[in-house]
Amino acid sequence: MKEVPLWKIFAVFAKIGAFTIGGGYAMIPVIRSEMSRRGWISEDELPDIVALSQSAPGVMAVNISIFAGYRLRGVRGSIAATLGSILPSFLIILAIALFFTAFKDNPWVIRAFKGIRPVVISLILVPMVDMARKSCTTWWKWLLAVLALVLVAFLGVSPIWILMCVLVAGFGVTYLTERKWKR
Amino acid sequence: METLSLLLQIAWTFFVIGAFTIGGGYAMLSLIQNEVVAAHGWITESAFTDIVAISQMTPGPIGINSATYVGYEVLYGATGLHWMGVLGSAVATLSLILPSFIIVLLIVRFYTRFKGSTLYEGTMGWLRPTVVGLIAAAAVILVVRTTWTGCVPSFEIVRENFADWKSWLLLAAAFAASLWGRVNPIIIILAGAALGLLLY
Repeated sequence: MKEVPLWKIFAVFAKIGAFTIGGGYAMIPVIRSEMSRRGWISEDELPDIVALSQSAPGVMAVNISIFAGYRLRGVRGSIAATLGSILPSFLIILAIALFFTAFKDNPWVIRAFKGIRPVVISLILVPMVDMARKSCTTWWKWLLAVLALVLVAFLGVSPIWILMCVLVAGFGVTYLTERKWKR
Repeated sequence: METLSLLLQIAWTFFVIGAFTIGGGYAMLSLIQNEVVAAHGWITESAFTDIVAISQMTPGPIGINSATYVGYEVLYGATGLHWMGVLGSAVATLSLILPSFIIVLLIVRFYTRFKGSTLYEGTMGWLRPTVVGLIAAAAVILVVRTTWTGCVPSFEIVRENFADWKSWLLLAAAFAASLWGRVNPIIIILAGAALGLLLY
């Protein structure tokens, strides 16, 4: 792969940051379309990046940027990607802190967001459908997905506990069943 | 001098918040609230609620938004200077992401070394479907609110996100456009905003 210029990484992540409303998961569809269109990160890698970004502490969207930036240009790439992805929200919040706190009561803004919020939910669901097609290949993998959904959505279990348990279980089972893991 | 010590306090507080938040934006909110409102009294409870509301309407992660806003408020409040407020924002925001930066870079090194090994692929075969479930849960939480009374759950639609029946049409249209039409998500968000202005 040709070396991607740092300013380009910065610019693409600034664009991603500017259109991420509603937290880390809302970033996934935008990252996916921007990354795979440019051939920066393949569709297969995305679930890995999401899983690892969620296991690390901090803001998930930032973790994804650090991760993706590193894949492109090492540490310098991850700095460019991180600064890019936080720049739009930094400037917008700064502007709000400086000028208009009454902004949120603006009727135009309220109406536009009534249209945006349901749409954002679809944008979270579509990459999930794509990931499910690729990764839920057996019945027990479907079961795992449904279990995670129910525990988090309806029982309020923290995702980190679920990821930790699955990590340990998956590692253990793989280790015991596949003895030839040493390369 | 006093300003410098305030800046250092902000840097340390947000560094700790960044290092100990696991599980994303809403987990981070309780930590920020605990540190910034309760422990330090830097901003009031109602100002904090405003930050959360603003964060939901503006792009960017809620943790970053809070750090930026609080950094500005505290330094501007202490000095009366706008540029000090901007400096406070920058310090708070960068301190918040520094722990993630260090930890993710460590994980990345581990990842590139082990990617492709049977053990890694086997473990990931478990983690990938789990992530699918977690993403589904994130979407479900935005639509349905579950409350438990003893062992009996009750469900209600989250009205902030689903104002009325038109919201469901918007959801379905965006889903179809994205899944089968492969329309760029940025265009879908802009279309959502335009339709929101037209319909409501």
